[in-house]
Amino acid sequence: MNPFSSGTRLSDMIRAIRASKTAAEERAVVRKECAAIRASINENDQDYRHRDLAKLMFIHMLGYPTHFGQMECLKLIASPGFPEKRIGYLGLMLLLDERQEVLMLVTNSLKQDLNHTNQYIVGLALCALGNICSAEMARDLAPEVERLLQFRDPNIRKKAALCAIRIIRKVPDLSENFINPGAALLKEKHHGVLITGVHLCTEICNVSSEALEYFRKKCTEGLVKTLRDIANSPYSPEYDVAGIMDPFLHIRLLRLLRVLGQGDADASDCMNDILAQVASKTESNKNAGNAILYECVQTIMSIEENGGLRVLAINILGKFLSNRDNNIRYVALNMLMRALTVDSQAVQRHRATILECVKDSDASIQKRALELIYLLVNENNVKPLAKELIEYLEVSEQDFKGDLAAKICSIVEKFAPEKIWYIDQMLKVLSEAGTYVKEDVWHALIVVITNAPHLHGYTVRALYRALHTSCEQESLVRVAVWCIGEYADLLVNNSGMLDLEDPITVTESDAVDVIETAIKHHTSDVTTKAMALIALLKISSRFPSCSERVKSIIGQNKGSFVLELQQRSMEFSSVIQKHQNIRSTLLERMPVLDEATFSGRRAGSLPASVSTSGKSPLSIPNGVAKAAAAPLVDLLDLSSDDTPAPTSSGDNFLQDLLGVDITQPSAQPVSGMQPSQAGADILLDLLSIGTPSPVQNGSTNGDLLSMQDNNAPIASMDTISSTSPTAPSSMMDLLDGFGSTPPKNEDKSPAYPSIVAFESSSLKIEFIFTKKPENPQTTDIVGNFTNLSPNVYTDFLFQAAVPKFLQLHLDPASSNSLPANGSIKQTMRVTNSQQGKKPIVMRMRVGYKINGKDVLEEGQINNFPRGL
Amino acid sequence: MIGCFGRRYDMLDNIHFVLLVSRQGKVRLTKWYSPYAQKERSKVIRELSGVILNRGPKLCNFVEWRGYKVVYKRYASLYFCMCIDQEDNELEVLEIIHHYVEILDRYFGSVCELDLIFNFHKAYYILDELLIAGELQESSKKTVARIISAQDQLVEVAKEEASSISNIIAQATK
Repeated sequence: MNPFSSGTRLSDMIRAIRASKTAAEERAVVRKECAAIRASINENDQDYRHRDLAKLMFIHMLGYPTHFGQMECLKLIASPGFPEKRIGYLGLMLLLDERQEVLMLVTNSLKQDLNHTNQYIVGLALCALGNICSAEMARDLAPEVERLLQFRDPNIRKKAALCAIRIIRKVPDLSENFINPGAALLKEKHHGVLITGVHLCTEICNVSSEALEYFRKKCTEGLVKTLRDIANSPYSPEYDVAGIMDPFLHIRLLRLLRVLGQGDADASDCMNDILAQVASKTESNKNAGNAILYECVQTIMSIEENGGLRVLAINILGKFLSNRDNNIRYVALNMLMRALTVDSQAVQRHRATILECVKDSDASIQKRALELIYLLVNENNVKPLAKELIEYLEVSEQDFKGDLAAKICSIVEKFAPEKIWYIDQMLKVLSEAGTYVKEDVWHALIVVITNAPHLHGYTVRALYRALHTSCEQESLVRVAVWCIGEYADLLVNNSGMLDLEDPITVTESDAVDVIETAIKHHTSDVTTKAMALIALLKISSRFPSCSERVKSIIGQNKGSFVLELQQRSMEFSSVIQKHQNIRSTLLERMPVLDEATFSGRRAGSLPASVSTSGKSPLSIPNGVAKAAAAPLVDLLDLSSDDTPAPTSSGDNFLQDLLGVDITQPSAQPVSGMQPSQAGADILLDLLSIGTPSPVQNGSTNGDLLSMQDNNAPIASMDTISSTSPTAPSSMMDLLDGFGSTPPKNEDKSPAYPSIVAFESSSLKIEFIFTKKPENPQTTDIVGNFTNLSPNVYTDFLFQAAVPKFLQLHLDPASSNSLPANGSIKQTMRVTNSQQGKKPIVMRMRVGYKINGKDVLEEGQINNFPRGL
Repeated sequence: MIGCFGRRYDMLDNIHFVLLVSRQGKVRLTKWYSPYAQKERSKVIRELSGVILNRGPKLCNFVEWRGYKVVYKRYASLYFCMCIDQEDNELEVLEIIHHYVEILDRYFGSVCELDLIFNFHKAYYILDELLIAGELQESSKKTVARIISAQDQLVEVAKEEASSISNIIAQATK
């Protein structure tokens, strides 16, 4: 005999494991036992197989791997005796699950045992089949189970019925075979069989509508009678639970009646009386009775409407809700949630009680109640409910704050009657639970704030106050920092005071103080700090007197280990120090953020294309908005001292630049482009070679109508300006005196003809190109702007936008005013990452004033020479 | 009317698993009626015992967990837990737990944790007479007790036979 397996019995092993003082000790015991069991398995030791498996199950329960014992289960199941089979099946159910291949090997043994003469062995097989059967096994063994539904012993019939349920769940098609035997079980008297039989029929009804019809016709009355008999039956100790006759059977009958009554008036009618009886007569002082009532209410709510019954059911829930037992209150909340779709008025009546449940000490009840309240909120009750919830937020437990804050934000956002109320509530939530508020929520708040110009002052002052009390709430700090950066001037001069506001005195340095606190606070993370840096920069422009101090605060981050902060710090310092002249323009207030775009993006659905109706000017899809960022920077770079602020033209500045303004294509009768196409995809527009720019010289019309033919205009340009290599330099001579070095064609680099990029009755723009051979992707362009009119142009500003594959850098223009018939120049550098594959294209806009009157001219330049 | 009442019938409404955990967090019985991989099982047990053992005494007996509900009840040092779907009748499951405990009590004669440790297989046998496929099969405690004792009897008889056979063999080979 094996030296290992000789010793320990099951109870000895358990004792040894329990005696282990440390986890390591326990592992050692288990390891030793497992070694012994493996050895015994290898010897194919029959005497101890039984005991070994029992030990393995215990070891398995402790969480150790026991896969090596799986085959032993099969061997035990295959052996003839009942004790071996009993432990074998137990092991099978415990150590294996339906997904293991090994299970297929057991199908044959199961089949034999299902046909065994010993009914207890049949019972074991049914139990195993019911607990772990896979779809394949279900198909193989369904006939056996079907036959066993008529077995003489009721204990086998009930097991077979539950097996049938498992089989139907695995293979719904097999449900047909069980309709008749299932219906037969409903007439049984044995409670076990009746319970399982009713359940089987419920399951069949769920998978097959024909079966549902069949049961509805044939069995509804019988089931009603069974339920009545059970409800009225005298005391029977065998089935009594707390004075109630077999609550389990009650519940299952009610459940099947629910399925039968749902969507069928006749069947519903048939069960009305008994439901009324159960609902009104069942004792509700014990859990068993309440379980029945709970089920009964569900059935009443599901079957076809009967006013009286509904009232009864809602009353039961009302009673449940005021019950002292937490369990009962919990299920009442649960049930009310489902009743909401049926009768929301009735549920609304319990609002106050439900609100109390939100403040319960039990997390499960809180959660249920909060979800229910969330569904109960509407435009009429949002104010009091939000007030209650926010008040509770202040005292609620940390674990619950996150959920609660999220729900409040969602309610407030959805039902806010006016913006000021929304902002107020959000500030309260942020002050209480800002740490738990998700990013998109406070982003949404900022979007709303920017869209409410009359509340800018109010909001920034409220945030300023809040910041003093709740400086550790991350998202509050972020919103506050952002708003102070944008609206610092309103904070200090108390402008836009609302009647309800208390005036506060904030000096310029106070404003800097709070931002400084935010940047230095230990809870602030990189995002907050980065936002604070921007706010400081903006303040430096709003309050020039604080400039020095701001500079020193920003400077403190020059050594930050976080690249983002370090870079911001460096760049912002240089903006403050070296670029005084452009600072105020650069740091203009943000354009109003578009609510529709934001909410669309939040919902995860981007607008598919820019709407051609142009109704909401800012609904640019993401990608395009990004593309716009680069030109924006370029444009800001060029705005010198006293250029008109680009943002002054409003928020559609970017669009205009990108050609979203859809009136433009339709305004060109020459254009062969379909307007919708031009409107729909800006990039496409930019890139579509051969699309005429609106002010292109009329002579090329014929060529341009053939859309693909982009050679034509360039060819014509060739003839105009660059057949003679001296053309560029001669032009430069004309322009001499403006101080910039004329570009010279170097020997090795190919010469590119200059072009007339734009010409109108009042203005002509010429581009002259040079390229350095060591950097073929980059083209230097000198733009010559010539005033063709007898008027002086002031505040002259040239702006340009390029598609993504290009990079554009604009140097400041030589002057911002154009004398009559005079000209100025501006150099720019374009880097074409697709050089050789895609030609340069550009959209441009020129703005200037004639006698103080604004003039705008714009166009698209796509006659650049090839190969740039 | 197909409201949210109709939804429950699309899913399998059964007990997904049964779990017995001691107050110290030791597992005393696990029974899985829905497929969970071994790793998943230990994770579930760890997670749930953490939640349930930490709940205060007077709270309700239901815990919402991963979109399911766990109904639990404490008897002496043991927590009996059953996991069900959101839409199931929690109160009934409490009754099922109590039903099981009463049967155990009757079988062992005022059951204690030690009984369930050393006779864990018996606890499983009884559970198997009570639930199959996560559904209740018998509402009579008496019937369950009768079937269990009949099967225990079979085992005893087999043991006696085995020992008498080995006696006969021993005598024959003397």
